[in-house]
Amino acid sequence: MIDISQLIYVLTIVAFVIGLIRMGNPATARSGILWAGIAMAFSIGITFFVPGLSNLILILPAVLIGAIIGFVAARRVAIVNMPQMVAIYNGMGAGAASTIAAIELIKLGNSSFNITIALAGAIIGNVSIAGSVIAFLKLQGWIRQKPVTFFLQQAVNLIIVAIGVFFGILFLLHGNFLIPYTSALIPFFVLTIGYGFLMALPIGGADMPVLISLYNAMTGIAVGLEGFAISNYAMVVAGILVGAAGTILTLAMANAMNRSVGAILAGGFGKTQSEDRTVSGNLKPISSEDVAVMLAYSSTVAIVPGFGMASAQAQFKVRDLSDMLISRGIKVFFAIHPVAGRMPGHMNVLLAEAGVPYDLLQDRDEANRAFQDVDVSLVIGANDVVNPAARIQGTTLYGMPILDVDKSKNVIVLKRGAGKGFAGIENDLFYMDKTKMLYGDAQESLSKIIQELKKL
Amino acid sequence: MIITDWAWLYIIVLAVFVGYEVISHVPVILHTPLMSGSNFIHGIVLVGAILALGYATNDVERAIGFVGVVMATLNVVGGYVVTERMLAMFKKKGGDR
Repeated sequence: MIDISQLIYVLTIVAFVIGLIRMGNPATARSGILWAGIAMAFSIGITFFVPGLSNLILILPAVLIGAIIGFVAARRVAIVNMPQMVAIYNGMGAGAASTIAAIELIKLGNSSFNITIALAGAIIGNVSIAGSVIAFLKLQGWIRQKPVTFFLQQAVNLIIVAIGVFFGILFLLHGNFLIPYTSALIPFFVLTIGYGFLMALPIGGADMPVLISLYNAMTGIAVGLEGFAISNYAMVVAGILVGAAGTILTLAMANAMNRSVGAILAGGFGKTQSEDRTVSGNLKPISSEDVAVMLAYSSTVAIVPGFGMASAQAQFKVRDLSDMLISRGIKVFFAIHPVAGRMPGHMNVLLAEAGVPYDLLQDRDEANRAFQDVDVSLVIGANDVVNPAARIQGTTLYGMPILDVDKSKNVIVLKRGAGKGFAGIENDLFYMDKTKMLYGDAQESLSKIIQELKKL
Repeated sequence: MIITDWAWLYIIVLAVFVGYEVISHVPVILHTPLMSGSNFIHGIVLVGAILALGYATNDVERAIGFVGVVMATLNVVGGYVVTERMLAMFKKKGGDR
């Protein structure tokens, strides 16, 4: 009998590739996920009919539990929290790869080649699930965003992962050391997962997008390796595909933030140089009435959104404000830094959600050509991406291309408080003579400005 | 099927090449949805998780396999819904271009 499942798997891979290609173009992106989704459904469906499969009484409820939790959680989460959802679902995939490895290793019947592959996949999967969980917790704000560092951290991490891998090798070679080799899997799993936690802790919130992308690629590789271990072609090809695509994506993201992946993994963003730079000038608060007046009598206004807009869910108010200004005959554009917010393209997604017309959005280079003619730049919860310190050699931000907001005639910064950005360094822009600060939640501040504008 | 011959190396090399080609010219604004989309695609691990649980022969294996299937399904379903929600926002924009 021809094994029809293999045929379905091949078609699935084709649909995955088509889906990825379509997702890479704004006009066809939406149909891309549909291609991949339909193919996935067929692949999973046919797997239930693979000969010799038992334990269906366990498989069906497990799928049901996962599907319900996954669906409800993904539907309910606010768009602003999407990055951490990607992180946690990625971690789940990595965890699943590790469980496959665990079962294969327990069975022991395999060739030593397969054990090696399964162990390698398990190491990558374990690091990925543990790291993804940390990324989720940091972005969700359940643990501190700031890098966690301690004495001899790198050395301690290295020793832990080395001991973990050592137990994996003992298992492979049937070597008994301290414990019988059959038990060596337990310290192997515990220590490699532990390493995953420790590795992610020193990495700060600002670098999370790149890190999540890296874990995504790692999960792909882990899935591919476990596909090898159980001789499943679909998993091998799809896993390696994601591993390769994810690696390129990780490098592209790091590049857009002017960070190297190596520096990110070393951790402790902003810790390399101590921030002893003093910024001259002082912070000048402004009232929402004055902001409204300034805006009303401008001819060109630039809106510069950042994570503050996302966390306050202020994108709808931003749209209201821009509509009002446009109806008064004021020229408005949005200056979008590619890495403003938590992920590349974060701002585009949020503003699209609020229905801001696409042609009002300008990318960094376009916006930087326009700032000198801007009367008022309204910075809404952006910090590091507008910090002129990026032009000063020796600062942690040095070299990152920024939005040249400081070139505009006036700057108004909407900000929750006087704190620093992710990078943890002072923002020279805020201290400039032409800059005024409007403190408070972005949504509330914008509401007040809109109220005042209506009176004018 | 036990992997013995070199065909696998060809498969991997080609898969890497396709993965590279597909991603390398994507605009920055699509990085996040694409990451989410590829996150969904490695949800194919559910196939392996079902097979692992389906061939499990003792309680330890069944327990691990059960956890694996739940996690893999979360990856598939959650990954799909998150990606779909992100990409839904590009619909109007696509038409405007």
